[in-house]
Amino acid sequence: MKDDVESREDRTAGLKGLGCARRRVEDLRFTQGKGNYVDDIKLPGMLHGDFVRSPYAHARIKSIDASAALALDGVVAVLTAEDLAPLGLHWMPTLAGDKQMVLADGKVLFQGQEVAFVVARDRYVAADAVELVEVEYEDLPVITDPFESLKSDVVLREDLEPGADGAHGPRKHHNHIFTWEVGDKETTEQVLEEAEVVAEEMVYYHRTHPCPLETCGAVASMDKVNGKLTIYGTFQAPHAVRTVVSLLSGIEEHNIRVISPDIGGGFGNKVGVYPGYVCSVVASIVTGKPVKWVEDRMENLMSTAFARDYWMQGKIAATREGKITGLWCHTTADHGGFDACADPTKFPAGFMNICTGSYDIPVAYLAVDGVYTNKAPGGVSYRCSFRVTEAIYFIERMIEVLAIKLNVDAAELRRINFIRKDQFPYQSALGWEYDSGDYHTAWDKALAAVDYKGLREEQAQRVEDFKAGKTRKLMGVGLTFFTEIVGAGPVKNCDILGLGMFDSCEIRIHPTGSAIARLGTISQGQGHATTFAQILASEIGLPADSITIEEGDTDTAPYGLGTYGSRSTPVAGAATAMAGRKIRAKAQMIAAYLLEVHDDDVEFDIDRFVVKGAPERFKTMKEIAFAAYNQAIPGIEPGLEAVSYYDPPNMTYPFGAYVCVMDIDVDTGVPEIRRFYALDDCGTRINPMIIEGQVHGGLTEALAVALGQEIAYDDLGNVKTGTLMDFFLPTAWETPNYETDHTVTPSPHHPIGAKGVGESPHVGGVPCFSNAVNDAFRAFGLTHTQMPHDHWRIWKTANRLGLHG
Amino acid sequence: MPDKMHVKLTVNGEAQEFLAEPRELLIYALRERLNLTGPHVGCDTSHCGACTVIVDGKTVKSCTLFVAQANGAEITTIEGLGSPDDLSPLQRAFREHHGLQCGFCTPGMITRATKLLEENPTPTEEEVRFGMAGNLCRCTGYQNIVKSILAAAAEINAAKEAAE
Ligand code: FES
Ligand code: FES
Repeated sequence: MKDDVESREDRTAGLKGLGCARRRVEDLRFTQGKGNYVDDIKLPGMLHGDFVRSPYAHARIKSIDASAALALDGVVAVLTAEDLAPLGLHWMPTLAGDKQMVLADGKVLFQGQEVAFVVARDRYVAADAVELVEVEYEDLPVITDPFESLKSDVVLREDLEPGADGAHGPRKHHNHIFTWEVGDKETTEQVLEEAEVVAEEMVYYHRTHPCPLETCGAVASMDKVNGKLTIYGTFQAPHAVRTVVSLLSGIEEHNIRVISPDIGGGFGNKVGVYPGYVCSVVASIVTGKPVKWVEDRMENLMSTAFARDYWMQGKIAATREGKITGLWCHTTADHGGFDACADPTKFPAGFMNICTGSYDIPVAYLAVDGVYTNKAPGGVSYRCSFRVTEAIYFIERMIEVLAIKLNVDAAELRRINFIRKDQFPYQSALGWEYDSGDYHTAWDKALAAVDYKGLREEQAQRVEDFKAGKTRKLMGVGLTFFTEIVGAGPVKNCDILGLGMFDSCEIRIHPTGSAIARLGTISQGQGHATTFAQILASEIGLPADSITIEEGDTDTAPYGLGTYGSRSTPVAGAATAMAGRKIRAKAQMIAAYLLEVHDDDVEFDIDRFVVKGAPERFKTMKEIAFAAYNQAIPGIEPGLEAVSYYDPPNMTYPFGAYVCVMDIDVDTGVPEIRRFYALDDCGTRINPMIIEGQVHGGLTEALAVALGQEIAYDDLGNVKTGTLMDFFLPTAWETPNYETDHTVTPSPHHPIGAKGVGESPHVGGVPCFSNAVNDAFRAFGLTHTQMPHDHWRIWKTANRLGLHG
Repeated sequence: MPDKMHVKLTVNGEAQEFLAEPRELLIYALRERLNLTGPHVGCDTSHCGACTVIVDGKTVKSCTLFVAQANGAEITTIEGLGSPDDLSPLQRAFREHHGLQCGFCTPGMITRATKLLEENPTPTEEEVRFGMAGNLCRCTGYQNIVKSILAAAAEINAAKEAAE
C-alpha cells in the first residue's frame, strides 16, 4: 500500500488540517465573478420592491395617497401600515425586546424611516412609483442629543405606555429605555473618594456604520400551491430569521426555507431583521410572485443598523505608583427611535461589562442608560462582540488619561496592572471569568518588536525639533492592549429572542472517504468552507480537500444562531470538532472489527486507526468509511454520520498587543501611519493565512472609524453622511501595510483551543489609532480628544493647543 | 416615457442587440438583461468600483454610464477575463495571495487590475495603491490585494520574457 511509505509528516500535510495556510475553496467562484449574492438571484416573474422613506426625522403622518403610483403602468401594489395592520405586521419585535414599525404607523421617528413599500415590474418602475406616492407630514420637534432627550417634554414613543416598565426594567423618563447596572456601586464610589489619584474623562464613541460592500436585501417567494415560503437574504443568522418569520407570519416553520447565499460582507449589519425583509415577504404573499428588495447605499447608511453612539463617563482610581484600585463608568447610549440593538437578551448593553479590560481591577461599577432619539435604530456589533469595541475603547483611553495624570509611561502603567498569567481563570470585578491569557509575554514581545524605548526617544527629539521650528510634524505612539470576549455563548446566560446561543455541525462521510459537513453558521467572507474543513480534517483524518462545507440553507443545515460576535470558531468550530470526534468513535469500532481486535486496542493516528504497538496493522479512515457502508458489522449500524450541538461552557477571551506609530502634520491635520504592529493571541491557529487577512481587514475598518468614519446628523436630524462621498471608507492609498505577529495561549475549554479572531483587530485597532493621535499632542497639554480624528478635527486640536503660532 | 433606444454591444466577444430605455444604466443591462452578475453594485455613486468593467479599452464604473452611451462598444466583464480551465494570472494570484474575502469587490478589483497592468506592466507598490484607489474593499485591508497584483505582474512579465 502506497500509504505505508509516506512519512507521518507527509500524511499530516496531506490532510491540510489545523495550522495549514490552505488556499480558500471559495475563491475559484469569486475570482471568476460566479459568486451568488442576493441581488444575483432572479426568479421567474420576480417583482421589485422599493421604499417611500421619510425626509423628516420626527413628524406625524397626516395622509398617504398612493393613487398616482398605483395608476402607473407596471406598479402592482403599494403597501402601507394600514395594509399590514390586519396581519399584525405593521410593527415587529426587535432583538432588544422593543418593537419597531415596519411601515410608519401614524408618525416617523428618524430620517429615512420606511413609510410605504412599492411593488413593481422592475426596479426603474418601482423607483418612479416611489416618487408618485404623496405623503403629507406635520413636522414635530427633533431630538438628536440623548442628554437633551432625557430632559425633553417631547414624547418620542407615543406607543409606549407612560410609566410602564420596558423590556429591561423601569424607565425613568418617557424617552428613557433602560438602566443596566453591573458591579459594586457603593464600594467603587468609596474607593474613588479615598483614592490617591483619580482620573476622569468623558469618552465618546461616535455613531458609525458597518457598511459592508454589499448592502442588505432579500428575495421572498411564496409558493401558494405548496404553501412554502422561500426567502433568500443577507442574513448573518438564517435559522433565527426562519423562526422569527414563522412567529410573525403564522406560517409553520417547516414551510419556511431561509437561504443565505454568498454574503458580501456583514460586520454586524446583517444580523438584524429589517422592514425590507418583512415587506418583501408580505408583498410576495399578497402578489403571489417572488419579490426582491435590495437597499441602495444611502438607504443602507440611513436606516439599517448603525453602530456605537456611546457616551462613556469614566473615573479611574489609582495609587500614586499607578496601581489601579477602582473603575467607574456611566454610559449614555443613544439607541435612536427604536431599541433594535442586537445583543443577547440578558445584556441590553452587550458585553460592555468587559470594560475592566486586561487589568486586575479589584472593584468596578458600570451603569448604562439607553435613550430614544430621532435617529435610526440599530446598535449592532460592528465587527465586534456586543459592545466590546466600546468597552475596550473606553478602558484603553482611560489608561492613557490616567498615565497623563500620573505623569508616567503608558506602557509601564499597563504592565503593572495586567492580570497575571497565574491569576487565570480570572474573575473580573464586573462578572466575567477570563478563561486564559498571558499578557505580560505578549506585551514584552510587542514592545521589543517595535523598539518601544527607541520610539519614545525619537518622539522626545521630535518634540524638541518642533519647538525649535525644525519640523511641523508631530509623532504619536499609539498603544493598546485588549482582551475580547467572544463566542456567545453559554445557553445558561446567552439567548437571542429566547433561542439559546449554541451552534451545530452535522457530518456525513461518503463511502469513498469524502464528506460533507453542514453548520448553523454562515460565512460572509471569513472562509468557513476552507477553515471548518481543516478542523474536521485533523479530527477525522480525511483530507480537507475531500470535505465540502455547507451553510446557510435552513432546509439542510442543522439549527444554529449564525455568524457574528466572532462566534463561529468558538461555537460552531467546537461543534465541528465534537461531531468529528463522534465520527472517530464509531470509526474506531469499525476499525477494531476489521482488524479483529478489541476497540481499546486500536488508536487514532493522523489518518487511520492502528493496532496499539503494531503500527503496521492499520485501517485508513478511507477504508473505514467504505466498510461503514459495505460490511454488516455486528452491533453497529451502517453508515457514518454524526451531529453535534455545542453549548459552550464559557466565552473565549482572545487578546492582543498593538502599537501604531503616526506622524501628524499640524498645519493640515493629516495623519500618516508610519508603522502598525499587531500581535494577536487567538489561541490555536486554524489557518494562519486567513487569520492574517482578518487582521488586515479589521485594522483597516478600525482605521476608518478612528480617523473619520461617522454617521453624523444635523440638528434637524438630517443624515449628513449618507453616501460614500461623505462616509469615509479608506482606499488602498490611505491604508498602510500592517505587521502581524502572534502568541498562542489555547482556550482551556474549547475542544481545539481556538478563540476566534475576526473582530480582535477592530476592537484593538480603534483605540490604538486614536491613542496615537492623542499621544502626538500629549507633550503639548492634550489629555483627550474625541473621535473621529479626521483632518479637520486634528487641525482644530492643534489650533486649540496653540500650535499654529 | 421617451422612446426606447436601439443598442448594440459586443460583450465578452458576443454580439448583443436590444431596445433599452435611455435611462437604463450599463450595470443593470449587464446584470439583469445579459445575466452577467460578476460586476456588482456597491454604491451607485461611482465610489466603490464594484461595478467596474472594461469599455473600449478603458476601465469604467458601469453604474455611471447609460447603456445607450456604450452603444457600439466592446465590453469585457470579469466573466470574459478567464475561464474555469484557464484562469487569468490575476485570478490565480488573488487566490494564491488571499486577495479576497467576501468576494464582492473582487470582480471589479480584478477587472481594474487587468487594465492597470496593461497600462503599467511593472508598477511599484505605490503605483498599484494609487491605480487601485477607485476600488473599495471592506474586507481585506488591501495589503493582500496589492500583493496579488504585484505577484501577477511578476508572473506575466516572466512569461513574456520566457516567450521572447
Ligand atoms: S456601484 Fe459603481 S462605483 Fe459603486
Ligand atoms: S473582499 Fe469583501 S469587499 Fe473586498
